[in-house]
Amino acid sequence: MRAALKESGLASLVMLALMALMVGVRIADVPGGLEIQWRYADVIAALVSVFFGRLGLILMREGRPMSMAVVGGVVSVVLLVLLVIAPISDAEPHWARAALPFSGYVVNVLLLIVLAALSLRAVAIMRRGPISAPSQASESVMDRISASVQEYSRYIVPFLLAAAILFPFTPLADRQMVDIAILVVTYVMLGWGLNIVVGLAGLLDLGYVAFYAVGAYAYALLATEMGLGFWLCLPFAGMMAALAGVILGFPVLRLRGDYLAIVTLGFGEMIRIILLNWYEVTNGPDGISGIPRPTFFGLPFVRSPAEGVESFHSFFGMTYAPIDRIIFLYYVILVMALITNQFTLRIRKLPVGRAWEALREDETASQSLGINPRNTKLTAFGIGAMFGGFAGSFFATRQGFISPESFTFIESAVILAIVVLGGMGSQIGVVLAAILLIGLPEIFRELQEFRMLAFGAAMVLIMIWRPRGLLAFRAPTIRLFGNGTGKR
Amino acid sequence: MTVAAGIVESAHPLLDVEHLTMRFGGLVAIDDVSFAAAPSDITAIIGPNGAGKTTVFNCLTGFYRPTVGRLTLRRNGQEHLLERMEGHHIAQAGVARTFQNIRLFSQMSVLENLIVAQHNKLMGASGFTVLGLIGMRSYSDAEAEAVELAKYWLEKTELVERADDDAGNLAYGQQRRLEIARAMCTEPALLCLDEPAAGLNPRESAELEDLLLFIRDTHDVGILLIEHDMSVVMEISDHIVVLDYGQKIADGTPEEIRKDPAVIRAYLGEEGK
Repeated sequence: MRAALKESGLASLVMLALMALMVGVRIADVPGGLEIQWRYADVIAALVSVFFGRLGLILMREGRPMSMAVVGGVVSVVLLVLLVIAPISDAEPHWARAALPFSGYVVNVLLLIVLAALSLRAVAIMRRGPISAPSQASESVMDRISASVQEYSRYIVPFLLAAAILFPFTPLADRQMVDIAILVVTYVMLGWGLNIVVGLAGLLDLGYVAFYAVGAYAYALLATEMGLGFWLCLPFAGMMAALAGVILGFPVLRLRGDYLAIVTLGFGEMIRIILLNWYEVTNGPDGISGIPRPTFFGLPFVRSPAEGVESFHSFFGMTYAPIDRIIFLYYVILVMALITNQFTLRIRKLPVGRAWEALREDETASQSLGINPRNTKLTAFGIGAMFGGFAGSFFATRQGFISPESFTFIESAVILAIVVLGGMGSQIGVVLAAILLIGLPEIFRELQEFRMLAFGAAMVLIMIWRPRGLLAFRAPTIRLFGNGTGKR
Repeated sequence: MTVAAGIVESAHPLLDVEHLTMRFGGLVAIDDVSFAAAPSDITAIIGPNGAGKTTVFNCLTGFYRPTVGRLTLRRNGQEHLLERMEGHHIAQAGVARTFQNIRLFSQMSVLENLIVAQHNKLMGASGFTVLGLIGMRSYSDAEAEAVELAKYWLEKTELVERADDDAGNLAYGQQRRLEIARAMCTEPALLCLDEPAAGLNPRESAELEDLLLFIRDTHDVGILLIEHDMSVVMEISDHIVVLDYGQKIADGTPEEIRKDPAVIRAYLGEEGK
């Protein structure tokens, strides 16, 4: 018991050392300047929760979950009641609000979630005895889930596809939601593109945003300087990006793992810095504006088109609605993403795709089987970059304005996170991860700074819980027994 | 099979190793080694640890570039100078190998391992991906053929039931056999095996011997074998080359090697010391 108390005390001390200033000091905007506010109450609340939380965990570990279940349960119920009564905004004082341990409403919700989860766990232990090796158990559960997701993908995929196609016509789809959907699908496409390089060929690319940027600038420059349309420029932008991919590929052919990651990271930054400083061509930090919007087979989405041009709504005899253009953009990116997906699924079953996977598994052995590692890697870089370029052109035409600021390292990191969290090589996993990482933070914008906190926490949790990604499951590309089609 | 005695002098051996020398900085790993391997023969390279056997393999298969020497592979009347070629070109010319520490594509299925081995053939059939992407008939035919070849070798190595399992999940002995099957799927003229019997139990070793004899007799493939298991070596080799400290100390039939005083000295130490 003394050891348990000592450990709990140590844990709260560590918490104090790490978090005291972050939690306890707040710079507030007051009339006449800034002011430091001390939040003693929050620090004490955090200390108390860490101390007793740790104690409860230790007791649970030692097979005495009773106190945790009772105390945790009672406190959870009290917290829940208080949270229900208390108003969300702290504009006016309220007794329930004052009784909550932390001043931020969301923090209390998080505390409640953690506490409730711990109490339930304690109850579970009381009923079934201690759970052995919890991480392994959950691992195998998730493995089974991801295996069955793959197995039933034949039914899940059409459902998801139908949902994606019908989405703009559901009552959910207001302007904001369609915009978020476009963003999510863009990242899904980028994830699928990067998946070719990282998931299939096993080349850790931290500079993928460079190809996104090359595609965006290629389209923007062609459109504004030469007056070419979106659909004409799209293949060209893809080719430019693929070329950039091959150029990156050459110097990094011999590099693996960490070294490859560092060089690709540098390449991503190089492209951004070139865009920033090559003022004559890229207009530097001012960016390129007035990028033309895509047309529907030549029909623009405008209220009053120029002389001699018919617009989309008048051609189809509809009244003009600004959301039409957004919905059209949604379908454009959806189709582009699906093409990426189909391409990946097909190329996996071709010799190149298998050679990529073989290279990922063992480069030496691949070479001893007559696979040319240089060409194979370059095609992976080139094709992966090409899809990044396509997505980049779409980004440029959607925004109408691009500048180097849109292509920072954090974008590469997010795309890579989508691929890794989704499960390397898993197509559905990428969709899931993109919704989690892009969609949810956009929807929960009201939570402000806690959004990024939750983002980080989710990443850490997934890495602990599912180090190989949410839906990591690889189906063979060819089978000797059963159907020879090989499922996704 | 002919007995190996005359083969070294035969005019057109499958593989000619002439004055092979490999230095790593000041260390001489192989010092002026010459030998020849006849087609459809099992040539064993033996020697104590660190004698340079695997280095010879690495030079042959393009992982190292020899410091001095010429390595000639003769196939269908053509001569390939291996010391100048890159690893994947050497494999295309007809040299296949297995590795001392098994190197399978462990997260790919057994069948996929064998299909990857037929990469170059399939790459041509898929029109360098373009025709395959649009689903041309010629590619699916070629793939079906590749599966047939894979199936043939799976039967020979008794792995058919495991075809759709991940290669990494096979038992150790099965992994060794799969590596040989994978090498044979490249349809080589020369098969280089780096300690294929290491870690096998006596029954598996006996099966391995049968497999190697079968490959030699029915597929017209020369086998170059590094092996520490002397019973395997003496049983199946047609011709043995003995290396010690990077130098060739003996070269001949198993009977000659068994009696060779230099070999006995290298393995057992000098008498009276």
